[in-house]
Amino acid sequence: MNRTLSNKQLTDDLVRPVFNTSVWFYAVVFAAGTVVACGAVAWGYQLWYGIGLSGKRWPTFWALYLTNFVFWIGISHAGTLISAILRLVNAGWRRPVTRCAEVITVFALMIGAMFPIIHLGRPWLAFWLFPYPSAREIWPNFRSPLAWDFFAINTYLTGSLLFLFLPMIPDFALIRDRATGWRRTFYGTLSFGWRGTTKQWNRLESAMQIMAVAILPVAVSVHTIVSFDFSMANVPMWHSTIFGPYFVAGAIFSGIAGLIIAMAALRKALHLEHYLLPLHFENLGKLLLLMAILWGYFVFNERLTVWYGNEPHEMAVFWATQRGAYAPLYWTMVICNFVLPLAILMNPYTRGIIGCVVASTGVVIGMWLERFLIIVPSLTHKQLPYSWGTYQPTPVELLIMAATFAAMILLYTLFAKFVPIIAIWEMKAGLPSRMDQSVLDEERLQSTRLGSEPLPDAIGQGGAQR
Amino acid sequence: MKSIYGLYTDPHVAQRAVDNLRAAGVTDAAITVISSEPFDHFEFGHRDAKTAMPWIAAAAGLVGLVLTYYLLGASQRSWPLVTSGMPIVPNWTNLIIIFEMTMLSAILATVVTLLVTAGIPSRRGKMYDPEVSDGYILVGVENPSDASKLEPALAIEGARVKTTA
Repeated sequence: MNRTLSNKQLTDDLVRPVFNTSVWFYAVVFAAGTVVACGAVAWGYQLWYGIGLSGKRWPTFWALYLTNFVFWIGISHAGTLISAILRLVNAGWRRPVTRCAEVITVFALMIGAMFPIIHLGRPWLAFWLFPYPSAREIWPNFRSPLAWDFFAINTYLTGSLLFLFLPMIPDFALIRDRATGWRRTFYGTLSFGWRGTTKQWNRLESAMQIMAVAILPVAVSVHTIVSFDFSMANVPMWHSTIFGPYFVAGAIFSGIAGLIIAMAALRKALHLEHYLLPLHFENLGKLLLLMAILWGYFVFNERLTVWYGNEPHEMAVFWATQRGAYAPLYWTMVICNFVLPLAILMNPYTRGIIGCVVASTGVVIGMWLERFLIIVPSLTHKQLPYSWGTYQPTPVELLIMAATFAAMILLYTLFAKFVPIIAIWEMKAGLPSRMDQSVLDEERLQSTRLGSEPLPDAIGQGGAQR
Repeated sequence: MKSIYGLYTDPHVAQRAVDNLRAAGVTDAAITVISSEPFDHFEFGHRDAKTAMPWIAAAAGLVGLVLTYYLLGASQRSWPLVTSGMPIVPNWTNLIIIFEMTMLSAILATVVTLLVTAGIPSRRGKMYDPEVSDGYILVGVENPSDASKLEPALAIEGARVKTTA
C-alpha cells in the first residue's frame, strides 16, 4: 500500500458506488432476490397449508426456525458491540471497519427477529405475544424469558439503528453536495440539513460516546437473555448457569466471523483494497482466534461438568452428540469452531485475508451447527425415554432458511449501493495531514514504544491503519 | 442572509483565521467554522464542546428505571399471575426488563438531545458552501456589521474569501 490518498481522492473512492453501478450489483440483487422470493413462496405455502409442513413434531417443537433465530441474533453481535468497543478504546484501525460491522447488526437482528414470527405458524396473531394488558385477557407474564426477549431485542435493534444512522448523517450531507436530481433530494432529506459546524461535530461525537457506553451492556444482555430462553427450562443440558456467558462468547465469535466475510466481499466487490487493509483482517483474525480459544474453554467446561455429574437424562443427550446420531454434526462443529481457526490463525503466515476468510467460513458453519445441537438433541432426548423422538428438517424449512441468508446478502448489497460502506468523515479525521503535528509526534512515539510500525506519512496507509 | 467567509484547505491556516477574527473583535459565538470532518486536535474544534448530554442521558435512564419499575409492578398487581411459586412482583426477573428500559431511555434521550442541541433537522439557509464537502474548512461570520473590515482577517495564505448578500 504505497498509494498516498488526498482528502478528495478518499471521498471520490468511497462515494463511487453511490453514483456508479456495476453489472455485478444487478447480478447479485437478481440472484439473492430470487432466493428470497422462493423463501417467501415457501413461507406462503406453509401459511396456507399449516405449520405441519415444517418438520416440527412432538417432542421437537423448537427446531430449525429457532436455530436460525439464535444464530442470527448471534451474528448481530458483530457490529454494534465490536464497533462500540473499538470506539471506546479509540482504536484508530476501527475507522474503515465500524460501519461494515454496524450494518450487519441491524440486518441480522431484523432477520433473526422474523423467525419467532415464522415459528408461530399464524403470524397474524403475533401481536398476542406482545406484553401489554388486553381485553382478550391474555395477560403479559413478565417472568417469561420470551417477554424479556421482546424488550431486549427491541432495545438492541433501536439502539443499533440509531448507532448506525447518526454517523451516516455527515456522509449523506457530503453526497447531497455532490449529487443532482433525485439523489440530491433523497440525500438532502436524509442529511437533515447537516452543515458540519463545530457544535454539530462535538454533539455528534458526544452522542456516539454515550451510545457506545449504553449499547455495550445491552448487547451483552441480549444474548444472555436469548440463552435464558433455554437455561430457564428444565430440559437436559439446557438448565445450566454457564449458558449466559457461553452464548455471549459464541455470539461475538460468530459475529466476528460474519464481519470478516462481509469485509472481504466488500473489499473485492467495491475495490476497497486501499481502505480495508490486510492489517484489519489480521487484527480481526487475532480476535477470532481469541474467541475460538474462549469457545473451546466454554465447551470443555460445559461437557466436563455434565460428564462428571453423570445424570442419566443429561448423559443421554451427551452421548447422542458425542457418539450417537448427532456425532457427525458435533465433531464437524468442533473442527469448524476450534481446530480450523486455531490451525489457520495461530500461524502468522496463514493469518492473511484468505486464511481469515476460510477460518471465518468454518466458524459460521460451526456456530450454526452449535445452535442446532443445543436445541434439537435436548428436545429429542428429554427426561422420560418414552417421549424421545427424532427431527428432520423439511424442504420448506430449508428454503426459508436459505432465503434468510440470501436476504442478508441482498440487504447488504443494497445498503452498500446507497450508503458509503466506510464512514468517510471518520476516515478523513484519521488522515495524518488533518492532525496537529504534536499529536502525530506523540502517536509516532507511542507506536514505537509499543514495538509496532511507526506511523507513516502516506495518507492511504497511515490513515487507514491508525 | 448576509455573510462573509473564507475557505481553507489547511486546518492550521483555518485556526489562524479564527484567531484573526477574534483579534478583529468578533466574539466566539459569532464565528462559524464548518468542515466535513471533526478537528479534535485543533483549538477551533473544541468550541462549543461543553455539553450536558451525559447528564441528560443519565437522568433519562433514571426516569426510565423508575417508570418501568412502577409500570411493571402496577401491571403485575392488576393481573396477579402465579408462576412457579414466584412472588406476584418478582424483582429478580423484573430487573431484566427494568435494565432494558433504562438503557433505552438513556439512548433515546441522547439522540433527542443531539438533534435539539445540534439544530437538526433544519432547513438550509444558513451560511454554507458545498466546497466544504471537498475538504475545505469554512471560517466565517454571519450577518457581520461591516464585512469589508473582516476580509483582511480571512484572506490569509491565498484563501478564497466569499461574501453573500
